[in-house]
Amino acid sequence: MNAKILGALGALALLAACSSDEASNAAATGAGGSGGLAGGAGMGSARPGSQEDLVASVGDRVFFDTDSTQVRGDGRATLERQASWLGRYPQVSVYMEGHADERGTREYNLALGQRRANAARDLLVASGVSGQRIQTVSYGKDRPAALGSDEGSWAQNRRAVTTVR
Amino acid sequence: MMTTPRRGLILGGAALLTAPAMARAQGGGQGAVIDITRARTDPIPIAVPALAGGGGRGADIARVIQANLRNCGLFRPVDNAAFIQSAEAAAATPRFQDWRVIGANALVTGRVEDQGGRLRVEFRLWDVLPEQQIQGTAFTAPAAQWRRIAHLISDVIYERLLGEKGYFDTRIVYVAESGPRDRRTRRLAIMDQDGENNRFLTDGSFQVLSPRFHPNAQQIVFMSYFQNTPRVYLFDLNSGRSEVLGQFPGMTLSPRFSPDGRTVVLSYARNNDANIVAVDVGSRSQRQLTSGNGLDVSPCYNPDGTQIVFNSDRGGDQQLYVMDAGGGGARRISFGRGRYATPVWSPRGDLIAFTRISGGQFGIGVMRPDGSGERILSEGWGMEGPTFAPNGRVLAFYRESQARGARGEGYSARLAQIDITGFNERQIVTPTDATDPSWSPLLA
Repeated sequence: MNAKILGALGALALLAACSSDEASNAAATGAGGSGGLAGGAGMGSARPGSQEDLVASVGDRVFFDTDSTQVRGDGRATLERQASWLGRYPQVSVYMEGHADERGTREYNLALGQRRANAARDLLVASGVSGQRIQTVSYGKDRPAALGSDEGSWAQNRRAVTTVR
Repeated sequence: MMTTPRRGLILGGAALLTAPAMARAQGGGQGAVIDITRARTDPIPIAVPALAGGGGRGADIARVIQANLRNCGLFRPVDNAAFIQSAEAAAATPRFQDWRVIGANALVTGRVEDQGGRLRVEFRLWDVLPEQQIQGTAFTAPAAQWRRIAHLISDVIYERLLGEKGYFDTRIVYVAESGPRDRRTRRLAIMDQDGENNRFLTDGSFQVLSPRFHPNAQQIVFMSYFQNTPRVYLFDLNSGRSEVLGQFPGMTLSPRFSPDGRTVVLSYARNNDANIVAVDVGSRSQRQLTSGNGLDVSPCYNPDGTQIVFNSDRGGDQQLYVMDAGGGGARRISFGRGRYATPVWSPRGDLIAFTRISGGQFGIGVMRPDGSGERILSEGWGMEGPTFAPNGRVLAFYRESQARGARGEGYSARLAQIDITGFNERQIVTPTDATDPSWSPLLA
């Protein structure tokens, strides 16, 4: 019962995080099961300070335009919410994962993902989170969240994701 | 008769394998050399009947030779069904008119002798029209390595008839991929250039990318996410052991050995830059070769080690640049339409192969080191990562097919090879999806 409600909340929060990205809305719905984090979140209870809690209460990811490493306005709001969430759980350290879509070469996209992770980390730090708590890692195009070969999926995959270590 | 010990096979994994002590005795005559350019349009008709003896092994060896010669596109093996003289009789004395009338210009005969766990394989290459022996060579090796003998024979045939080194006695290391794309398992794998003798070198518990051979083919440098930290590692094929290459407080990626094997050049991503760094393998000392606001990745030396080609977005989008091996003097060489990436220098020095992304399509192409003479060899929805065969005549790369559905249905990644003129593209068959091929040097 409890789990059900939290699961629904988790899915909603993910959608909310994506909602300003008009191109990716359909894909976000379609990829709900393969989004990884959201799918897992629904199964358990959102322990305060956990990844599930992060996803459900503030959203774990921000998105980027093609070839861009600038966090967009909607993403900045998400990162500010993440910063205050991290302020509530000072014991929590996170990975900031940078990702790219599949329309680039593998090695370049690793470097691009690193830049995206850095850009998102810098905004968390600017919002008061200690840089010591954030480790960046890039997966380039090799860990897509959405598995389609279409614009909607690519928009979902150009992202920086905060994951609790 | 003299025998020359040859360098051992490379095989990885936990087990230490004995070197095969490949021995070779040689005696040659002179033969007509056919220009490779001519062979591309007019492949050499060659008959390769089963080698006599060896209880069927002679037929196996002939089949591997035929496949090698056919797959390179420069030979046309004559169908066995057309043969008039028996393989056994031809091994004793070829009756040249029997081979001439079925259209063979060249003939391979031989005999396999099982010497109790070791094979001695004697082969002769004949020029059918003047009825002359071009080459006679004997190889001995442990019986289990009969395929390697077939590849060595194929290389002798290629070299004697085309006047250039072959590439059949080689291996390809690559990334074997399985599972859904959002949770992909990526293992280091190695196989013979024809896809046989496939082995996995890592167990998939950590992700690997970008494996590249050391010039002695005994070591591999690659990138791994071991302990969730993307770093460059060295892997020793004899011991199966790997070790991290240098301590960097950021991500290291896209490693490649220098032609003398003493240096690994890689990209080091930290903060908002990725710069090219040369790491001395012996001392582990580091030298930063590029700096500034750009992502500089995928460096590769030229064959004499004096220059490095890499791709960078310093000018706004991804293009190819060549600089001195010590850093400095970088000049852009790619000026066509699109983005350019993953440059690799041909072992012959004459070409740089690359990936181009243009108009939503990926392509594999070549250009001269000064950027002139660009040619796209293959184009499609997804392909990248060219690697040269050691003779510089063939490229391997990987080709991806587009997912058709939201769950990634229909996506695949497969290895392919293509002649540098853009003809004879073929898939290299692997047990799983495969990416990031790297071609070894000749093993012997």
